[in-house]
Amino acid sequence: MTDNGSSQQQGGEAARAGDHDRSPVPLDQGHVEGTGGIPARFADPGLPPHVHREADQSEKAARKAEKQVATMFTISIVATVLFVVAYFAVPGERLAYVPYIGQASISNLTLGLTLAVSLLFIGLGAVHWAKTLMPDEEVVELRHPQRSADADRQAAVDGVYAGGEAAQLGRRPLIKYTLGGALGLFAVPLVLQMVGGLGPLPGNALSTTMWRKGLRLMRDPEMLPVKASDVTIGSVYHIMPEGLDKHGDILEEKAKSAVLLMRLDPSDLKVAKARDWGYQGIVAYSKICTHVGCPVGLYEQQTHHLLCPCHQSTFDVTEDCKVIFGPAKRALPQLPITVDNEGYLVARSAFHEAVGPSFWERG
Amino acid sequence: MLKDRTVNALAARRRHPAAIVILLLLGLVVTGGIYAFAAPKPAQAAVATADDVAAGKKLFLANCSTCHGLNGQGGPAGPSLAGVGAASVDFQVGTGRMPLSNPGVQAMRKPNKFNDEQTKQLAAYVASLSPGPAIPEAKYTSGEGNIAKGGELFRVNCAMCHNYAGSGGALTRGKYAPSLHGVTGTHIYEAMLTGPQSMPVFNDANITPENKRDIIAFLHNIDQNENVGGLNLGNFGPVSEGLLAWTFGIGVLIALSVWLGKKAA
Repeated sequence: MTDNGSSQQQGGEAARAGDHDRSPVPLDQGHVEGTGGIPARFADPGLPPHVHREADQSEKAARKAEKQVATMFTISIVATVLFVVAYFAVPGERLAYVPYIGQASISNLTLGLTLAVSLLFIGLGAVHWAKTLMPDEEVVELRHPQRSADADRQAAVDGVYAGGEAAQLGRRPLIKYTLGGALGLFAVPLVLQMVGGLGPLPGNALSTTMWRKGLRLMRDPEMLPVKASDVTIGSVYHIMPEGLDKHGDILEEKAKSAVLLMRLDPSDLKVAKARDWGYQGIVAYSKICTHVGCPVGLYEQQTHHLLCPCHQSTFDVTEDCKVIFGPAKRALPQLPITVDNEGYLVARSAFHEAVGPSFWERG
Repeated sequence: MLKDRTVNALAARRRHPAAIVILLLLGLVVTGGIYAFAAPKPAQAAVATADDVAAGKKLFLANCSTCHGLNGQGGPAGPSLAGVGAASVDFQVGTGRMPLSNPGVQAMRKPNKFNDEQTKQLAAYVASLSPGPAIPEAKYTSGEGNIAKGGELFRVNCAMCHNYAGSGGALTRGKYAPSLHGVTGTHIYEAMLTGPQSMPVFNDANITPENKRDIIAFLHNIDQNENVGGLNLGNFGPVSEGLLAWTFGIGVLIALSVWLGKKAA
C-alpha cells in the first residue's frame, strides 16, 4: 500500500516534470504488485447492440436499395449485349488512337471493357444486395464437442476386430504377411517414377562446353569466322564455337558456349595470365554470369567493365574479369585463344574451369 | 587527178583539224567520268570542300578547342580527336551531345547547338586532321532493309544494353544506354561505327554495312509499329509493369476488400 502510494506520488511528480524528464525505472523496482482491482476472469461483454440499417427500418429505403441492385444487374446485362454486338460489329484489325493508351485495337478494347463491366457489375450488385437487404443480424454459434459417445467409439472398434476375425486374418499369418509385403512394395513403383522423373544425372555436362583446341571463334548469329586483324580496339564480338549450328543439342550448347571477344590495349590488361591467354590484347571470356547464368553482355569500352543485366554483377576485364560489384562470386572464365595459319581466331584449348553458376559438385 | 582531189577534199572534211583535240577531250572526260564513278572514294572528299574545312576550323577554335585543344590533340578536359573521323563528329554534334554543357558521367542528348551545315563543316575540319570513319552513305541509313535479319542482329549485339524494344537501360555508376526511339538512321549507323562513350565499336568486319542497314530498318520498324497490345508502359519490361500491378492493381484489390469486409451499419 505504501509502495503503491509512493509510486503514485512519483507518477504525479513525473507528470508535473513532463514525460521527457522521467528518470528510468531500475530493473528491480519496475514491477509494482498492487491490488489493481482486476478480476480473475473478465465477464463476456457479449455482442455490441445491433444497429439497424436504413433499409431495415423504412420500406422506402429498401425499395431504393432494390432499385440500385437491379440497376447494377441491368448495367451488366447491357454490357453483355454490347459485347455480343461488338463481337460481330467491330472488325478485328481496326486500330485507333485511344488517350493514355496510344494506338490500340478497337476490337480488343471494346470486348475487354464490356466483358469487364459485365462481370464487375454482377459482383457489385451482389455485394450491394448483401449489404443492404440480406439479413445482417449478428449470430453466435457455439462450438459442439467433436468426440463421439463412448458406446459409438467402442462399437466402431469392435466392428473392425469382428471383420478381421471373420476374414481369418489372425489365423492365417501367410495371407497377413504377404498382403503387407505386396502393399508395402507397391509404393516402390510410385516413388521410383518420381525420382526417375527428375531426369538423367548431368554427368560432366555442367563442367564442359563445346570449346576445344582449334575450334574457330564464330560471329553470332552469322556463324562466320573472325580475323584477328578485324577486331579493332574497343570492339566487342559476340562469339559462338565453330560447328554450333550443326550440333544436335544446339540450345544447350549455345547457353554454355557463348563467349565475348574484346580487344584492349595490351598494356591495359593487368594480369599476365589474361595477356597470355589472349592474342595481342584480344581476350575471350565466357558470357555466362557466374551468379545465376544470365548473359553478361553489357561491355563498357571506356571503363572495360562488363555488367550483367540481371543482378548488376560487374566484372573488370582489365583485372581478368574479377568481380568488382554484385552478387557473383567467381571471375568469368577465360577462353585461351590464338590465330590459325589463315589469321582467324581459334581456341587454344577448352575452358579450364566450368562456366556459369556454381553447382553442387563444384561448390 | 580530179578523182584525187575529190578524195582529198573528202578526206579533209572527214578529218577536221579540231577532231584530234575533240577526241582527246572526249576521251579525258569519259575516263575521268568512269574513274569518278568507279574509283574508291576517300572519306568525305566528295562533299567537303576547302571552304567547309576553313569554316569548320573557325567553329572548332571558338567552340571545341577549350577542351579538345587547338589542334584537336586533346587535353586534361577532353580526349584527342585523332582518328575519330567525320562520323564521330556528326554523331556527337548532330545529336547535341557535344559541346558538353557540363562535366558528368555521360554526355546527354540535348537540342543541337549547331545547324546541319555547321555540323558538316566541323566534321570536315576534324576529318581533315587525320583519317577516320566517314559519314555513311544514304543507302545504308534510309531504313530500307531486312527487318527480320536486323532484329536478330539487334538481339545479339544491342539488346542487352539498349533493351529488347530499343527503350534504353542502365549501365554501371550512373551511366546508361540511351533510348533508340526517334534516332535517325545516320546517327545509329555512326554510333555503331565509332562507339561513342561507353558503347563498344561495331566495325564493318563485325557488323557489315548491309547488316547495319538491317538493324536500322528494324529500329525504324519498331518506331512505326502500331501497338496492338495497348498501354506499353515505356516498353521497360517487368519493372514498370510490376510497379503498376503492385501500386494500382493491388491498391484496387485492397480497397475492394475493405469495402467487402466493412459492416453495413
